[in-house]
Amino acid sequence: MNKGVMRPGHVQIRVMDMAAAVHHYRDVVGLVETHRDAAGRVYLKGWTESDKFSVVLRETDQPGLDFNGFKVVSNEVLDSLAGELKAFGCKVEEIPAGELDDCGRRVRFDSPTGHIFELYAEKTRTGKWGLPSVNPEAWPRGLAGMKVNRFDHCLFYGGDLDGTFDLFTSVLGFHLTEQVVDGDLRIAQFLTCSMKEHDIAFIRHAEDGKLHHVSFELETWEDMLRAADIITMEDVPHDIGPTRHGLTHGQVVYFFDPSGNRNEVFCGGDYFYPDHEPVTWTADKLGKAIFYHSRELNDRFLSALT
Amino acid sequence: MSDIEHLVTDHFSGHAFPCRGGETLLNAAARSGRQIIRVGCRAGGCGLCKVQVLGGRYDTGKMSRAQVSEAEEVRGFVLACRTLPAGALEILSQNETNA
Repeated sequence: MNKGVMRPGHVQIRVMDMAAAVHHYRDVVGLVETHRDAAGRVYLKGWTESDKFSVVLRETDQPGLDFNGFKVVSNEVLDSLAGELKAFGCKVEEIPAGELDDCGRRVRFDSPTGHIFELYAEKTRTGKWGLPSVNPEAWPRGLAGMKVNRFDHCLFYGGDLDGTFDLFTSVLGFHLTEQVVDGDLRIAQFLTCSMKEHDIAFIRHAEDGKLHHVSFELETWEDMLRAADIITMEDVPHDIGPTRHGLTHGQVVYFFDPSGNRNEVFCGGDYFYPDHEPVTWTADKLGKAIFYHSRELNDRFLSALT
Repeated sequence: MSDIEHLVTDHFSGHAFPCRGGETLLNAAARSGRQIIRVGCRAGGCGLCKVQVLGGRYDTGKMSRAQVSEAEEVRGFVLACRTLPAGALEILSQNETNA
């Protein structure tokens, strides 16, 4: 049931070298830099995104993700979900408006898999970058690198998948779109709050709070080839692709940022309506579920996390 | 890169391999054709290429503190993707922390 959570809104990514990270996310991935704050954080967005920013880079001594924020439809929904999160047992913290520049107050909470999430209702809206909202052209000139459309979703690794499943489905109103099961044990879950195939995903793993990837959307398979060309031209550490996943049927390329955080660019994939049954993959077909063509598991893709 | 080559000896696998001047320890190990050190993000973040240097001089770039603590760094633990040998190196490619 829809509880008023609209979409993934932002991520704060930890990086070890800000100059290298800005070069990567702005000039290689092709996000647009929108702002730098007094704390030294750098704000960026994909050009199609309506709000002012979606990706925040914070420099520190270890990579990973500080938090993933979701935008909700109103402040009333924010207040009622804050209460439900407390009742569920989450540690809930109110972050005042302005802690992130141009963002309203946020409700931050932990999760059974050890990841930190946020909800917020208000962020300064600047519209698509480089285009007016009246009679816009097809795309803006002056985009860099892979020219990604938007920050799309994250995939996380952690232990208590069942607990985080309950949190996202019963409290936040997400739907299960796709899963991998090993007998009775769910080892992967893809969840949506929209028509997208997933707005967040989790893989069962011994260590909590880990990031597998931050994903950015592109439009076509040709864009996948071009992204992979840029990875080679820029000598970016390449992981996998272009290829297709069985899971979601999305077409993907994976690579690492200069601090070792994995990025995905993807296009295509399935869609979801609330009357759809979840798609299930069985653990004996895991190779095909992850890499639809090679059908072989890959140690680095499964093990390299931040 | 320079013409200088440093010999790296791994006391876990028993293999030795050359590392060019300016080349990372991980790249040299991978180039040797044997799977001596696991290859991960190649950016100092994921920790898959963590090894211990037992002896020899080397420089390191930024490595995740979540993967190599200050105490470990003092004991020679490094991420091979961020390690540049500055002379012959003795390493232990696997041990209780990364096996």
